[in-house]
Amino acid sequence: MKGRAVAETVTVLIAAVVAFPLYWMLLTAVKPEAEVITANPRPWTLSPSLDSFVRTLTVQNFGRYFLNSLFVALVVVVLSLLVAFLAATALTRFRFRGRTTLLVMLLVVQMVPVEALTIPLFFMMKSVRDVAPAFGLNHLGSLVLVHLAFSLPFAIWMLRGFVAAVPVELEEAATLDGASRFRFLWQILFPLVAPGLVATSVLSFIHAWNDFLFAKTFIISAAENQTLPLALQVFVKPDQNDWGAIMAGSTLMTIPVLIFFILVQRRLVAGLAGAVKA
Amino acid sequence: MTTAAARGDGRAAFAYLLPTGLILLGLMGYPLYQLIMISLFDYGQEQVSGGAPLEFLGLGHYTQQLTDPKFWTVFGQTVGFAGVCVLGTLVFGAALAVLATRVRPWARNTLFLAAMSAWSTPAVAGSTIWLFLFDTNFGFVNEVLGIQGFSWTFDRWLAFGLVAAQVIWCSFPFVMVTLYAGIKAIPGEVIEAAALDGAGAIRTARSVILPLLRPLLIVVTIQSVIWDFKVFTQIYIMTGGGGIAGRNLVLNVYAYQQAFAASDYGLGATIGVVMTVLLLIITLGYLRALRRTGEPL
Repeated sequence: MKGRAVAETVTVLIAAVVAFPLYWMLLTAVKPEAEVITANPRPWTLSPSLDSFVRTLTVQNFGRYFLNSLFVALVVVVLSLLVAFLAATALTRFRFRGRTTLLVMLLVVQMVPVEALTIPLFFMMKSVRDVAPAFGLNHLGSLVLVHLAFSLPFAIWMLRGFVAAVPVELEEAATLDGASRFRFLWQILFPLVAPGLVATSVLSFIHAWNDFLFAKTFIISAAENQTLPLALQVFVKPDQNDWGAIMAGSTLMTIPVLIFFILVQRRLVAGLAGAVKA
Repeated sequence: MTTAAARGDGRAAFAYLLPTGLILLGLMGYPLYQLIMISLFDYGQEQVSGGAPLEFLGLGHYTQQLTDPKFWTVFGQTVGFAGVCVLGTLVFGAALAVLATRVRPWARNTLFLAAMSAWSTPAVAGSTIWLFLFDTNFGFVNEVLGIQGFSWTFDRWLAFGLVAAQVIWCSFPFVMVTLYAGIKAIPGEVIEAAALDGAGAIRTARSVILPLLRPLLIVVTIQSVIWDFKVFTQIYIMTGGGGIAGRNLVLNVYAYQQAFAASDYGLGATIGVVMTVLLLIITLGYLRALRRTGEPL
């Protein structure tokens, strides 16, 4: 099979090129500084060091930003799961007027360019600050609020399929056994859709974790409340870039997402392609 | 189903949907309304601080933008940039999906793992890594090509090309994985039957596989159009907020800069409304295409 050998060689070469930027990030993060800031960078290092990570975590206070990002993403995940689960149940289990309209609206809402909403949301968060400071500008609560709203439509859309897959007979049996609607919902249905909950939470997590725009717009003068994407930008100074620390920071930011992604990749693909059973 | 049960259903559904409704109305519906309102006023720093009265302009911002050559330049750049990204993503993703069906699992898994790593890299980190790879003085690419000191982000079109390459890098995996799953779902008998009827590889691809993949192709195309039309982070980071003298602006970044850098919130909101309308039109096309594929909601 000469054709297959050629195809496989091409495949592996392309895989290498595609993975190269990430390899370069990891490599740069563990290179000693002299090997980074040089006009002749080598694609390997013989003296790996963790200096860049230490610099990132101590000098640049990256640990704090890491925790901020983690806090926002986790709160968004928990809240959006609870809210989306209820909505997905209503949309799959109940027949009521306007159900189809709501579903179409969920699709449309996902297409709204949220970037355009930064302007009104900025003023909204400014007013919120006067009433409830923890949810206003310069506070992490403002980021939780917007990411909760932006991740909900997709979370509902994705959970819908998982809720629908639980047989209706199960609900009837539970009702016959005297389980209340509330008990059925949280003690039977909720655990049953766990795989869907995992996949959905990973997507909500990534969504909140990766956000650059809203962190940039809302956290304007409170350095202690910055999140990772913004902190990474702080390193990028026009004249003297500390690329080692930048790449160490990028690594810290990428690793959690990478792990999550690989864990749920199959469900993720199913969920994304879910709207189109060919 | 009895009327009483139906009414119970309706009430429960309302209760279950209430949190979602409140959140989406408050944080998307109301801001959308506000966006339109702001676009109708002369709303700058002075008005925000209360130093000047609000002046209602009506559609003034819109006529101003639609007659401004700068707006049309940015608009053209947005369409062109998104077009290149969509085309590159689709061609690269589709070609690799086909390639993945021709190799043994070890090679395919290597490719998929590499693609997953690109896909999952946060846009901020990905843009920064690419910037460093193509850095003028310390970049590996310049070292390999032997052109140290060459700037990839100075020339307008080269800068756009670099950002487009980064966008394609992190968005082709979605297309590849989706189309691969689609090709795999075509029953082997269909292709065998075509072969028995004397169809060659190209004929089979064009007359059998392509029509069967049509619904999937429509979805990945429109998804890509919507994503690439809205690219913000990559442009903002890789060209330093829209390039030298704003040469690399796209609508999203332009709206942001007008509002938050130039403090002309009214004008920024106007561009935001224009973007929203454009995406709404694309979305309606998407919904129609979806309905034609017969997917029940």
